[in-house]
Amino acid sequence: MITTTLKNFTTLENFGHSLSAPSYLFKPTKTNEIHEAVKLTKKTGLSILTRGAGCSYNDAALNGGGIVLDMTDMDRILKWDPETGLISAESGLTLEDLWHYVEPQGWWPPVVSGTMRTTLGGCLGANIHGKNNFKMGTIGEHVVEFTAILPTGAEITCTPKKNADLFHAMISGLGMLGIFTSVTLQMKRIQSGLIEVDALPVRNLHEHLSYLLEHAPDHDYIVGWLDTTNGGKSLGRGQIHAANYVHDGEDPDPKKTLLLKNQVLPPRIFGVFPKSILYLFMRPFVNNLGWWGVNTAKYIASLRRHTFRQSHAAFHFLLDYVPNWELSAGRGGLIQYQSFLPKETAEDAWREILTLSLKRGLPSYLGVTKRHRPDKFLLSHAVDGFSLALDFKVTNGNRAKLSEMLQEFDRIILQAGGRFYFAKNSETTAETAQKFLGKDTLERFKKLKKRCDPNNLLESDLYRRVFGSL
Amino acid sequence: MPEKLTSPSFPTPLKPRYRAIMVGASGGIGAAVSRRLAGEGYTLALVDLNEKSLEGLCNEINQKSGETRASYYVHNATEYDSVPDTLRNIVAELGGIDLFIYIAGVINFPALDEYNFHEDHKMVEVNLLGAMAWLGQVAPLFKSLKAGQIVGVSSVAGERGRIGNPGYNASKAGFTTYLEALRNRLTRHGVNVITIKPGMVKTDMLTLPGAPRPMFAVTPEKAADLIWNAVQKRKQVVYVTGLWYWIMLVVRNVPSFIFRRLNF
Repeated sequence: MITTTLKNFTTLENFGHSLSAPSYLFKPTKTNEIHEAVKLTKKTGLSILTRGAGCSYNDAALNGGGIVLDMTDMDRILKWDPETGLISAESGLTLEDLWHYVEPQGWWPPVVSGTMRTTLGGCLGANIHGKNNFKMGTIGEHVVEFTAILPTGAEITCTPKKNADLFHAMISGLGMLGIFTSVTLQMKRIQSGLIEVDALPVRNLHEHLSYLLEHAPDHDYIVGWLDTTNGGKSLGRGQIHAANYVHDGEDPDPKKTLLLKNQVLPPRIFGVFPKSILYLFMRPFVNNLGWWGVNTAKYIASLRRHTFRQSHAAFHFLLDYVPNWELSAGRGGLIQYQSFLPKETAEDAWREILTLSLKRGLPSYLGVTKRHRPDKFLLSHAVDGFSLALDFKVTNGNRAKLSEMLQEFDRIILQAGGRFYFAKNSETTAETAQKFLGKDTLERFKKLKKRCDPNNLLESDLYRRVFGSL
Repeated sequence: MPEKLTSPSFPTPLKPRYRAIMVGASGGIGAAVSRRLAGEGYTLALVDLNEKSLEGLCNEINQKSGETRASYYVHNATEYDSVPDTLRNIVAELGGIDLFIYIAGVINFPALDEYNFHEDHKMVEVNLLGAMAWLGQVAPLFKSLKAGQIVGVSSVAGERGRIGNPGYNASKAGFTTYLEALRNRLTRHGVNVITIKPGMVKTDMLTLPGAPRPMFAVTPEKAADLIWNAVQKRKQVVYVTGLWYWIMLVVRNVPSFIFRRLNF
């Protein structure tokens, strides 16, 4: 039984440790406890938010002063068919537990995030994408069915056909319309535990984006690393990782490569150095000069084009490779600025913002590019084009300057017809959101909100900040 | 001046916000501290009895900062039972809490041979019981967050019982002791408790009938400076001004056989 009184007033953080907010934390294990919590919300007049693993870079999983339901204990696998690859699980199941379960049997989640810590509920709420967005779309496109509890108390089932409007709005809906309880997903068949990666250098932004555009169709995955610390002629240079599944006959021993032990990320580097404290040794380099050195060295190392095979886990979950890497930014934490631009305008707009950040002496420390396609979900971030994710370290000294610069970025991106992703950007204003989502979308969202949650029980800091005044 | 105030400013990583609740915000020192905290970028919930002065103070603060930094809640410090709900609602509105200041206080200056239970009762109710009602709710919140600061504005009057004002002395002595006990309870949980002991501050209190002649009196703004400094440096006991530390050092050490005979 969930208690009917408030308890566990706890400070919760976001993924980048750049923001925190206190909430009354509950950890339901059964759906009737979610109902209890919603009732408590009505009784106290507080708002409620479901939180998965808290892997958003912004305030999407924070609800300051309100109630938070930590869903990670609702992580049971309900149904699994190894013949068809259909899996049903509770919404608190993490991608880590999911792939650990299906991978040894030759299946892989069709879309995964850069960290495996995320939960299914969180993945649906943000409608995550992976390095195969141009081919497989977002995770929502592989959801066969989900069940949810609405704040009205109703339990509903949604499929792409049944309750289609809610299906397409709750996926991408940031948890503001209802509480996911279970998700049925279609897994993807894999014939080997390995992925074949082609790593090659690109010398500037034009070459970078052209390569993504031209070569994405020939690959299952494509992702670019962008050197954010070097400008001029080599602005936008970097390295492309274009990867393909290894098919039948190409892997001499697929049984072995599919074994779980061959997928697990090694806990030590060179077999001796424990990775759990590596982030401490990264700290001295996380400054403008140090990171210029790291980026430059990485680019020089990438000049040799080479092909290699690595496990699915190693290829996808780069963010988990160094545990606690997000702590390497130090006390202020880190934020990510990700913009999505149509393929026609991307190059010019990104040249402008990258140049601006170098001119201001506020370079991003990590740039990642991807190729995208539009989707049908309501609060979609996708475009037929590219995305560029820029990580910035936050310090007491750079907050004001960084804030001002990101507002200018927003202006440039909006002018170029760009969009933003609500799991990432933390500084998006209500006005910016209104501009890129458009009035129609917001109207439809507001209507659905009124229908599903007439008393505005479901709220997050993100919702109040961006949608509260719309 | 902006025509329309923006909606409450929500914190982002690049625009972090500290949040404070002030109980007794519209009094002399309370208003000065509120203005000071707003100037330092705090988001404020101002709690007091008088809606009109609260509204005026909020408007002034918000117009000056060009955004909604202060909102107000009408509450009588002696309505103890409503404190838990009020606090919970305010924390939800603010989205969190970093600083709690109890500054509500009343005073009455009786004649030397006057005993007025009605007035004594009121002083204990506002100066001590109200503080206990609030702090008894705030302390466990901060404790579970393992963070936060509590500021209690007591008085140098709590250090000795004088012939002039037994009721006030007792209420402030009780408050000072309560704050000390909270400090001892909470420091080990990462919560800082500050006792502010003002001497004389040029507020309405000093214009009441029977009020003593001002002595080393400072402006509320000066008091607010010292309180803000105490918060920044996470101090524990702060006299306003520091001069009163020395005065009270002497007063505390006057032996009783002399103190009994003084008209002080």
